[in-house]
Amino acid sequence: MPAVQETVAQVKTIDVDQYKYGFETDIEMVKAPKGLNEDIVRFISEKKGEPAWMLEWRLDAYRRWRAMTEPTWAKVEYPKIDFEDLYYYAAPRNSEGPKSLADVDPELLKMYERLGVPLQEQEILAGVKSDKPRVAVDAVFDSVSVVTTFKDELAKAGVIFCSISEALREHPELVKKYLGSVVPQSDNYYAALNSAVFSDGSFVYVPEGVRCPMELSTYFRINERETGQFERTLIIAEKGSYVSYLEGCTAPMRDENQLHAAVVELIALDDAEIKYSTVQNWYPGDKNGKGGIYNFVTKRGDCRGRNSKISWTQVETGSAITWKYPSCILRGDNSRGEFYSIAVSNGYQQVDSGTKMIHLGKNTSSRIISKGIAAGFSQNTYRGLVSAHRKATGARNFTACDSLLIGDKCGAHTVPYIEAKNSSAHFEHEATTSKISDDMLFYCQQRGLSEEEAVALVVNGFVRDVLQQLPMEFLAETQKLIGISLEGSVG
Amino acid sequence: MLEIKNLNVKLADEDKVILKGLSLTVPKGEVHAIMGPNGSGKSTLAYVLAGRDGYEVTDGDILWNGDSILEMEPDERAAKGVFLAFQYPMEIPGVAGLTFLRTATNAVRKKREQAEMTTPEFMKFVKEKAAKLNIDYEMLKRPVNVGFSGGEKKRSEILQMAMLEPTLCVLDETDSGLDIDALKIVSDGVNALRGPDRAMLVITHYQRLLNHIVPDKVHVLADGRIQKTGGKELALELEKSGYAEFTGKAA
Ligand SMILES: Nc1ncnc2c1ncn2[C@@H]1O[C@H](COP(=O)(O)OP(=O)(O)OP(=O)(O)O)[C@@H](O)[C@H]1O
Ligand SMILES: [Mg+2]
Repeated sequence: MPAVQETVAQVKTIDVDQYKYGFETDIEMVKAPKGLNEDIVRFISEKKGEPAWMLEWRLDAYRRWRAMTEPTWAKVEYPKIDFEDLYYYAAPRNSEGPKSLADVDPELLKMYERLGVPLQEQEILAGVKSDKPRVAVDAVFDSVSVVTTFKDELAKAGVIFCSISEALREHPELVKKYLGSVVPQSDNYYAALNSAVFSDGSFVYVPEGVRCPMELSTYFRINERETGQFERTLIIAEKGSYVSYLEGCTAPMRDENQLHAAVVELIALDDAEIKYSTVQNWYPGDKNGKGGIYNFVTKRGDCRGRNSKISWTQVETGSAITWKYPSCILRGDNSRGEFYSIAVSNGYQQVDSGTKMIHLGKNTSSRIISKGIAAGFSQNTYRGLVSAHRKATGARNFTACDSLLIGDKCGAHTVPYIEAKNSSAHFEHEATTSKISDDMLFYCQQRGLSEEEAVALVVNGFVRDVLQQLPMEFLAETQKLIGISLEGSVG
Repeated sequence: MLEIKNLNVKLADEDKVILKGLSLTVPKGEVHAIMGPNGSGKSTLAYVLAGRDGYEVTDGDILWNGDSILEMEPDERAAKGVFLAFQYPMEIPGVAGLTFLRTATNAVRKKREQAEMTTPEFMKFVKEKAAKLNIDYEMLKRPVNVGFSGGEKKRSEILQMAMLEPTLCVLDETDSGLDIDALKIVSDGVNALRGPDRAMLVITHYQRLLNHIVPDKVHVLADGRIQKTGGKELALELEKSGYAEFTGKAA
């Protein structure tokens, strides 16, 4: 039976074991009662010791959310979520207050070790583990940040890198000024929900003219059952500054679906640049499509200043359902937005992802490179909007969407929307769909590669120009991850 | 030694029978040529040797060094020394030639329980082989076969062959598409690989190639089986008389 025809049979037998991060950590947790109401919002705000204005902001969001209905336009299908049947806050006991590595529960440290997240700041600093990349990490476990590394070293450069909860306590004026300025509370259903109950996430502030001295990263882990994770990240790059940030995500294997509804806001002022990378590997569900994370995310960057630049790179391999469109508002003249995406779907995963490039300023430019890889019974949709405002003279966009199909039970779809309100805008769009052919696999196998190695090689070739956008430190691991995600997709 | 015994092959999804009791033996150290009309099953034979899907062996066997290879996956056969230079090499977008060569070389080395090559070893090896085949090193940085001319593709097949150090080389019309100089270069490359431990099966339509790669034997494949076997002079005869006597049709 030709390899590709065998796909379907093979995908059915995928062993969930291939998800290497599916273990559970047993740790004592503090939780809010199930369900959502104003008291829960107050509970969360109080737990975090937030200022009064923040509580009001949350309550305002909560009331707006109550008046909204869930969107249905994405090409994804799932049973209705019962928002009253979820926990909105879960934190390891003793996680409150400022902490250093020494204060972190050893069970948690063990878990991060198993996940391969480098928290051993001392060893890295001392050069003991010099093979490990020097990356500052904010580790978020369910609803709270458990530790942030390299804070002192970053502070020397003037960079603030901490959890958003800490930022609310230590730098309330900055948070107040920027929070919700890119994604307003009532932007959409999930953004409103997030604004009401967001638990933790990272805060980054890079002062004028500073080039952040190392890669920053946040590692999100959902562990608790029936618990939603509502991450909130805010990154501000002052004039002429530069920062590169990466987020990674995993969750245990569970047969229930879990909700992750994040909001990420980026603000780049004059001549500033933010590079934001995501390697999303939430639990995708088992071979029958049971369980897995619902990943409903609003990510938006505001190129607020002249010559500013925001670049999104995402590698999406996990989640049962992914619904996210990292976007750029190109407000400043000459600003630039980029979106590089690799979305891999296998089994019964559903991906509806893409970007919006909103050209408002003069001579703004944007570039979109999207690579969708669908295998098994999965559905993979690119949805994108490129628009030029009346005043955005000389706006330019280049879009290339390539889809690769493995097997014939999966689907790839491209839905581009283009709106140009001025005649000087120049938008280009290219799209291709191809299949991994049996002939190509046979050719590689004849040269000694196993079938899986052959698929990995062909796929890595397909995604190469996007992979190159990732920070070096994460490249090899990401390449491996893509290979693992497609394991079992061919005979 | 390659022993093909009474090989019967049909298409897996259709009733079409292509090879009808083909028998052939190529001892180690020898080069045999196969000639035959279009559609007679030459490429099919090559594919079945390499283990491509889509064909069903209904009878007979193929032994390489005494072991049947019919149940082996293509990559296992490659590890066992089988190499096929394709009549139509595939393009692999986005995968640089060097990456491909390195992945393949180390994959077979691993399966042969040889140490994988380090980067410097590999670079040295590849540069040496590429230079001999007059392949510009820059070309190896381009994606495999993408945008290559017909002749470039064929030369790159022979480079892969040199890198993988196979013991059974099957060349399917490697000469078609080559210009006169390239024919000479490729033939030199193939001849350099001739040796007491290697057997070669060279499929061609043109006697000219056999002036460069002088075969020990020439076989005529028509209507699914070997119809005639002779020395290198058989190729010259065929050049004059065509295949009429084997196909039952007038030339
Ligand atoms: N996968 C296939 N599907 C349909 N027909 C096939 C397939 N493979 C081979 N054939 C048929 O089998 C016969 C033998 O084909 P093959 O490619 O082996 O011939 P050949 O001797 O290599 O010809 P040429 O000299 O033109 O390269 C042809 O009639 C061809 O059309
Ligand atoms: Mg042929």
